[in-house]
Parts: sequence; C-alpha cells; structure tokens
Amino acid sequence: MSPVVKLLAQRIALGLLLLFLVSILIFVGTIILPGDVAQSILGQSATPEALANLRRDLGLNDPPVTRYFNWLFGVLQGDLGTALTSGQDIATQIGARLGNTLFLAFWAAVISVPLAIFLGLLAVRYRDRWPDKLISGVTLASISVPEFVIAYVLIFFVAVKLRWGVSVATINDSMSLGDKLYAIALPVAVLTLVVLAHMMRMTRAAILNVMQSAYIETAELKGLTMFTIIRRHAFPNSIAPIVNVVMLNLAYLVVGVVVIEVVFVYPGMGQYLVDHVSKRDVPVVQACGLIFAAVYIGLNLVADVVSILTNPRLRHPK
Amino acid sequence: MADTLLEIRDLKIEATVYPPGEKPQDIVIVDGVSLALEKGKVLGLIGESGAGKSTIGLSAMSYGRGGVRLTGGDILLNGREIRRARGSALRALRGHEVTYVAQSAAAAFNPAKRLMEQVIETSLWHGVASRAEAEARAVALFAKLGLPDPETFGQRYPHQVSGGQLQRAMTAMALCPEPDLVIFDEPTTALDVTTQIDVLAAIKEAIRDTGVAALYITHDLAVVAQVSDDIMVLRNGKTVEYGPVDQIINHPQEDYTRALVSVRSMEHPEKTDEAESVLTVDHVTARYRGTHFDVLKDVTVSLQPGHTLAVVGESGSGKSTLARAITGLLPPTKGAIHFAGRTLSPALAQRTKDDLRELQMIYQMADVAMNPRQTVGTIIGRPLEFYFGLRGEAKRKRVQELLDQIEMGEGYIDRYPAELSGGQKQRVCIARALAAKPKLIICDEVTSALDPLVADGILKLLLNLQEQQNVAYLFITHDLATVRAIADSIAVMYQGEVVRYGPKASVLSPPFDDYTDLLLSSVPEMRIGWLEEVIAHRKMESAGH
Amino acid sequence: MRIPLAALIGLFFTALFFLTAIFAPWIAPYGMAEVVSRDIWAPSSAEFLLGTDNLGRDLLSRMIYGGRTTIFIATAATILSFTTGSVLGFLAAVVGGWVDQVLSRFVDLLMSIPSLIFALVVLSVMPVTVPVLIVVMGLLDSTRVYRLARAVAVDINVMDYVEAAKLRGEGRGWIIFREILPNALSPLVAEMGLRFIFMVLFVSTLSFLGLGVQPPMADWGGLVKENADGIVYGIGAALYPAIAIATLAISVNLVADWVLNRTTSLKGGRGG
Repeated sequence: MSPVVKLLAQRIALGLLLLFLVSILIFVGTIILPGDVAQSILGQSATPEALANLRRDLGLNDPPVTRYFNWLFGVLQGDLGTALTSGQDIATQIGARLGNTLFLAFWAAVISVPLAIFLGLLAVRYRDRWPDKLISGVTLASISVPEFVIAYVLIFFVAVKLRWGVSVATINDSMSLGDKLYAIALPVAVLTLVVLAHMMRMTRAAILNVMQSAYIETAELKGLTMFTIIRRHAFPNSIAPIVNVVMLNLAYLVVGVVVIEVVFVYPGMGQYLVDHVSKRDVPVVQACGLIFAAVYIGLNLVADVVSILTNPRLRHPK
Repeated sequence: MADTLLEIRDLKIEATVYPPGEKPQDIVIVDGVSLALEKGKVLGLIGESGAGKSTIGLSAMSYGRGGVRLTGGDILLNGREIRRARGSALRALRGHEVTYVAQSAAAAFNPAKRLMEQVIETSLWHGVASRAEAEARAVALFAKLGLPDPETFGQRYPHQVSGGQLQRAMTAMALCPEPDLVIFDEPTTALDVTTQIDVLAAIKEAIRDTGVAALYITHDLAVVAQVSDDIMVLRNGKTVEYGPVDQIINHPQEDYTRALVSVRSMEHPEKTDEAESVLTVDHVTARYRGTHFDVLKDVTVSLQPGHTLAVVGESGSGKSTLARAITGLLPPTKGAIHFAGRTLSPALAQRTKDDLRELQMIYQMADVAMNPRQTVGTIIGRPLEFYFGLRGEAKRKRVQELLDQIEMGEGYIDRYPAELSGGQKQRVCIARALAAKPKLIICDEVTSALDPLVADGILKLLLNLQEQQNVAYLFITHDLATVRAIADSIAVMYQGEVVRYGPKASVLSPPFDDYTDLLLSSVPEMRIGWLEEVIAHRKMESAGH
Repeated sequence: MRIPLAALIGLFFTALFFLTAIFAPWIAPYGMAEVVSRDIWAPSSAEFLLGTDNLGRDLLSRMIYGGRTTIFIATAATILSFTTGSVLGFLAAVVGGWVDQVLSRFVDLLMSIPSLIFALVVLSVMPVTVPVLIVVMGLLDSTRVYRLARAVAVDINVMDYVEAAKLRGEGRGWIIFREILPNALSPLVAEMGLRFIFMVLFVSTLSFLGLGVQPPMADWGGLVKENADGIVYGIGAALYPAIAIATLAISVNLVADWVLNRTTSLKGGRGG
C-alpha cells in the first residue's frame, strides 16, 4: 500500500474514533453532572411518583452504559430520539433546520472564502504598506468583537436606519431563491465579517511563510516576474496551508451560526439548540451537539486530507 | 580592458535594523569595496560571518536580500551599470547573464517540482534554448557533475536525492542557461568533508570546461585557494587585502590575512606518559529507544588524565552518541563505562553527585547552552553552589577567579549571555565546566560554530587549562585540523564503529584503512594545487585497482 | 521609557473599566435593579445619562454593574484556566511519558468540540449560576493554555542549558522553576490577555443567548439581550453594552500586544 493511502486511511480512522469518543463525552457530559432531567422537566414542585414514572419512561433507571449504547445505535440508524418537551421526532425536526443552517453557512462561505484569499494576497503584495496595516487593524477589532455585537450594529444602521434588508430572517420552502437570499442578506453579511478578518490574516501569514522560503528567492534570482513566481513556485506550496486556513475558519463559522441564528430568529440548527438548552431538553441537545461536533471534526479532517494529498514527500516517496 | 565582465566601484550597501524597543537604524554593511573580474576568471570572496561577502556577491545580480539596499557606487556588468536597474532590465540579467548557487540547496529547490523542471526553467524563460535543447544540456551537466543516472536524475523530486547531489544539481541549474557569471555562495559549507571534495572538484571542472566566470564566496581560505584566480579578503564590510591567489596564500601583506592563512597550522606534540586511565569505554553498544539498529557498535576507547582523545567522524558516525552514552543520557545496551577507578551506572539518575561533578560537558552552540535569563555570575556560580555549597561573597570571588582563568576579566559577572560575543559565550561555558573541578570534560564540536580565529583562541585556552589543571578532554569533532591542534590520541568513527584508534602520530601515518585515508585526504590544505593532486592521486589509485 | 500611543489608549481604557468595576456601588447613580422611571427606553437626559432600559431602569447604572459582573467572571475564569492549563502543560512537558500522552489526548478530544457547543451541552443539565459559569468556561478554555504551556515548555526542555542542568544533577524543582519558567513567562503573559478577551466574549455570548448570567443581575451580554427588541424601533440602548464589550476587548488586546513586544526585548530576552 502506498504511504499516501495508508496515511489517509489512518487519518480517516482517527476521525471516526474521535467522533466516537466525542459522542461518549457528550453523553457523559449530560448524565454525570448533577442535574436531573426528570426534575428539570417537571419542575421543583413535582411529586416523587411523577418523577419516578417519568424516569422509568425515559429509561433513566437503566445503567448508563446500556443507555449510551441504545442511544448510539439509534443515532447510527438515523434515530435521534424524541424531544422531551414537544414529543416530536428529533431527526425530522433537525432535517429541515440543518438544511437552513447549511444554506446560510454556504452563502457566507461562498462570499467570504474568495474574498479573504484575495485580500490576503493583497496584504502580502502591499506588505507593511497601508492596505496591510488596514487589514491588521481590522483584524484586531474583529477578534475583539462578539458576533452578536456586529449583528446588532448592522441591524441598527442598515436595516433600521437605511431600511435595507430585513432584521428577522424568516425563510420557508415556498419562497423563491431570490426572496430567500434577500432574507438572509444581513446574517450572511455578519457571518462574512466575522470570519473574513481571521481568514485574511491567516491567509496572509500562510502565503508570507511560503514567500519567505529560499526557493522563492531562487525564482527571483532566475529573473522571473512576480506573477510567474507566485503561479509556478508559491501557489503549489500554498494549497495545503490555505485549505487549512479555510477549513479552520469554516469550522469557526459553524459556531458563529449558532449566535447569528438567534439574533435573526432564523429557523436553523443553532436556534433549535439554544432553545432546547434553556428548556433542558437533553436528547435534543445531545443530537445537536453531536451534529455540530461531527461537522467540526469533518472540516478538520478535510484539511488534513488535502495537506496529505498535496505533500510531495508523501506523493513521491524515496 | 575589453575582457572585463564585472566591475564594482566603491560599493556601499546599507540595511535597516530593528533593535527591539528602539527606533529602526540604518547601518552600513559594505563600504567602499571595489573589484574587477575578467571573463572566465574566478574571484574568491573570503571573510568571517558579518564580513559582507554574500551581500557583495548578490550585488552582482543587483539584489539585496531582506531589506538590504545597494546605496552607492557603480556595478558594471558587461559594461552596463546595473545598480540602478529596475524591472525588466533586472529580470533580463538575473538567471541569464548571472546565476546563483546557494549554500543550502535543500531549501533553494521548490519541493513541489521535479528537478528537471527547475534546472531548465531559466533557459526556457529567457529564450536561451528550446525545451529539448535545454534538457539535453541539463543531462550533459548532470553527467559532468558526476550525478548518478544523468538521463533520469531530473525526474526526481528534491527530497528524493542527497544533500551533496542537490548541491551539484543547483550548480547544473546555474550553468544550464550558459551564463557569463555564476555566484557560488558557500556551496560546500553544509556538506561533510568527504562529500565536499567531490562537489568542489565537480564545480572546478565545470567552471574550467564551460569558461564561465565565478564569484566564489566562503569562509574557508583553504577551499577558496583551490578554485580561485584572485582572492579578496573582507572584514566588517571593508576590503582587507585583494590580489592574486599566490600573493594571498604565500605572501600575505596584512596581519589579518596572515592570521587567516596560519589558522590551521597549530601543532600540538602528543603526550606519551603512561598512567592509569581516567575513562575507559568498554565494548559499549547502544541504540535509541524504539529503533532497531545500533548507533554505537562495540566501542572501546580509553583516556589518561590530562590527555585529549579526539573522536573524529562525519555526521551520522555516532560520535555525539558516544558522548550521550558516557554522560548517561543514553544508557548502553551492552558494555560498561569505567571512570576515575569506578564503574558508572548506565543511567544518569543512578549516578552519584561526584560522578556528575567530575564529568562535565561543553556544547557546540554556546547560545543555547546557557539560560538566556541567567547572568554570567549565576551560570558559573550554580555549580559552585550545587557541588561545593559556596555562597555569597565566597562564590562571587571564585566566579571572578574562573573568569580570569578564561581570560575575560572584570565586568562580565552581571551580564546576560545575549550581551556576549560568540567566543565569549563559549568561554563562559568552559568556566562553568571548570567550576565543578572535573577530571574529564566532554567537548562536543565546541569550535565548529565559531569563526576560525575565534576558534583558535578557544583551542589555545583549552590547552592552557589542561596544562594547569590536568583535566582530560574527550574532544568530538569533524574537523581534522582541530584534531591535529589538540589531540594526544584519536578515534576515527564510521557508522557507529571505531575504525581506527591509537596515539595521534600512528593514527595519522600510513598505512591507512580505506575510510581514514578518504577522510584524511579530503581535508582541504592551505596550498595551491592541493585539489588537483588529490583528484589525480585518486584517479590513479582507482585505475590501479 | 516611551509607551506607544496605542498601548497608552489601551491602558487608559483597561484601567478605567477595571476601576469602574471595583468601585461600581459608589459610582453608579442608581441601584442595579432599581426601576427609576415609567418611561422605558427613554432617551438620554441630565437625569439618566444613557436613558432608561426595557423596564425603565437607569441604563448607565446597569452598565456599570454589568461591567462589574462581566469583568469579575472573565477574570476568575481566566485565573482558573491559566492555573489549570499551565500547571498541567508544564507537568506534561517535563514528566513526559504516559502522563503527557493521557493529558494531551484528552485535551485533543475536548478541543475537537467547539467550546461554545460543549458549554451549551453542559449548561443544559447544570444549574446556571455564576460559579458554574466560571468553572465551565475556565476548564474548557484551559485546554488552549495547556497546549501553549506544553509547547513552550517542550521547546525549552530540549535546550542544551536544560540538559546541562540535568547532567549537573539538578532536581525537577530547579529545572521547572529556574530554567524553564523564566523563559516561558513572556509568551504566557501575552496569552493571558488574549484568554481574558476570549472570556469576556464567551460570557457575553452565553448571557446573550440567555444561558449565562441570569436577570435581574446585570452583565453586558445580558444587557444587549434585554434591550435588543428596541433596535428595530431605532432605539440604540442595546448598542451601549455592545460597544462596551468591544472597547474593553480591544483595549486589553492593545496592552497585551505591547507587553509581548516589551518583554521579548528586555535585557537577556530572546530577542536581545
């Protein structure tokens, strides 16, 4: 087996193992801690009998290991259980919402990724001059401001004062794509702003790192033009670090989505998760947590796979 | 002077430095340097670190590395002024009229592209040749430079070939577009000595056969004497002496040049007195945890009090591993180490305080051998406190005595390592070792990171201290000139084994085993024509076999 | 010594916020939860400098008390995160072996879940109180400090001067406290500023989501949430706490930047 295939297999196996361990962690996190699900559902005034009945119905009297594996096998078959508060099937509810969340994240990514790479290149091209300084200033501000602050500032000035865009992003299946895009314009703008600065700065660092390599000097001393140097020598070595940056920031986007959905009352996974945390609806929280973690682990996995595939040392072993 | 290829007049080069916490300053790194190079000739630029030799070399391509600016004087290439050239005029000369061979070819090749692509890139870019012509020329150069399988060599990626091969491939890359001038920037410095001679010979032959002119930059006068027609000696950005190679090597005019020429000529008569040995390494075999081959194989050597045993070998020979085995950092799997009449525990943790005290170590990189947050007083004082319980004024007095012994005197005790020069740092490390009153000091390449004159000073100091205190040295080095200067006995190591061992005189006289012969004959000597002699001799020998 | 303007501005605001937090009861014109007006979201006036909030409380007073809560929680969580993370990180680096393996793999696992998500999972079963918030945030964040401390210590641990100390026979205490710690301090101190900012953002986000500090107690994230409904009517009350969060975070960042540059350029420092 070639080392690349072996390494890829190892990396993917590791990702799956990580996911398995994360599922244990999430499960354990919700049962070992001192809260009691039955108590939280029924409230402090519940009678002992009612509590006992509910515990039995929920299977809370089974040993934790049994409950974990029951839950895990359910998850593996697409059965995420039923919500305690509404009695509805979690998988069905998440299905539609996951689509909405991905729709939002997709458009944010479509705008922010090319823009960030372009601006990162610009910062490298004008290194230590004003475009670069502007970018580092904006980055400083942006890592210091929570998502919801950017969101409200934008709502206040754009949606309310300028009357452009809507501050409540309601979408449903009957809307046309154009209507949907109009509805999510502001949340997408906020998400873009949130990840853009990070991605720009990290892209800048990644490209600078490549541009400071000795082989770039070699290319310069060959008399090549800057454009050719970047195309032939910098680009092939920058793919892996840039993909890494992009994946890291998309993972970051996933978290940003949670808050943004709450601000814009957007019917997605994040809103769903936050609602059910306040309602202490543990099965929903477990399911959502697992899905968010899976996306996060998956993105990191993609970054690793790309860097393995683009590494000449692995592709062409001695 | 119709034949003049490159003429530099009154060159001034400046750079901006950013001392932390202070305002940026402009400093002059090259000042008033003038030189002329005819077609087909080789000029050697020599100097210590900071002499400005690489900077001058790159100025022939009108290139300043990392914020370095060519601020004054004229640089004429083929009669054109190029210092003020910009844009396409610059690109037309780089890689076409002038090409460059870097010290570290491993970093200078793009890891993502095949060697052939990179070697012929300039020829295609500047329209010097068609792809087929350029490839044919590259293959011919590969063959001339002695690379294996010249036909298919170019299909490999940089990481798939060795360091010496990469250095030759870079020479091929520089020669492929048939330039007028090649700048060789320390092309053999990173190589082992037995590899260096082959690369050196290949470069010399390629220069001769193609008729290209060259600037050859190095810190090693013996190397530059082999390839140059003229030599310029530089110090702190200024010319010290400039003239034909014969004048510089055989009749130097300046004191500094004389010092450089005589730098490797220190001789040390070996001691022959017999005494009970202080260290005996007895059939020691060792391997790193988790690996499956022995890095030391059945090594046996011994050392008498007040004597120096030089352990010589190239990278990967196991010489530093031997030090780790003796100090207990790598417990041997077989064999024993006897020290000062007792047998040492294999592992560091089980050794007594006296074992540790009497066996001290000095490292190659003095920079990282001292805690940057401790003063010289703390660094030298700690062993006094730790082993002898000295405190306060008594400790300070003893530290000052030690500083006097290493010829540093007053005013250093409260300084930090960052405020010392390279040589001073190494002296402080010596004082720290002496503070423990050791019977044996292991010196691991202690002079190889230093400039030659500074290194000589350190060697003399070590010899004086040995005289006064009867301390034994186990001296690990790859440099045979150093060995001649300091050793009483020698162990030559190759691939984890001691291949030759005995008193200095007998180890260095024939008959030799094959490896020692190769090693000894590969060390550049400070005389013109040495390289030709060795190559001719080797050709004769291989023809005779 | 010359302090750059940016750092001076940062220092000024950081000091201002901390002093206001400490002396909140003496500075605030009204009580934290005191309803002082029938008008909700009244505009700013001489009586109520920043106007009133969604229940007719003085917004300035709530901002001052809110800052106290936010800064207190963030400081406490940072201290917890730092002590846990750096002690374990140094230990892993110096002891190595299985201790290092177990700790590092567990940290890898924790960091494979976004900390906000994991905090939400935990808070779904825990009572949401200030101590719980501090512990959850501090422990989740200590993973980052652990990684940094371990990496720095591992780098230093392979230096020849540490080997020299080991060969001299020094004990673990001398090696950690005299050889490694002085050299690890400046990257850790700079990181402390960043961790504090992260904590401010973290607790504000949790409160904004309704899962952090619970009303009527005030904190900046909660204040944004309480007054957010006013935004669509063009009432900017929610923007004041929002801007306060941003100002504090940027100020601390400016100070941390300066500290990092200064400590590395000290006599005997790495850059020296």
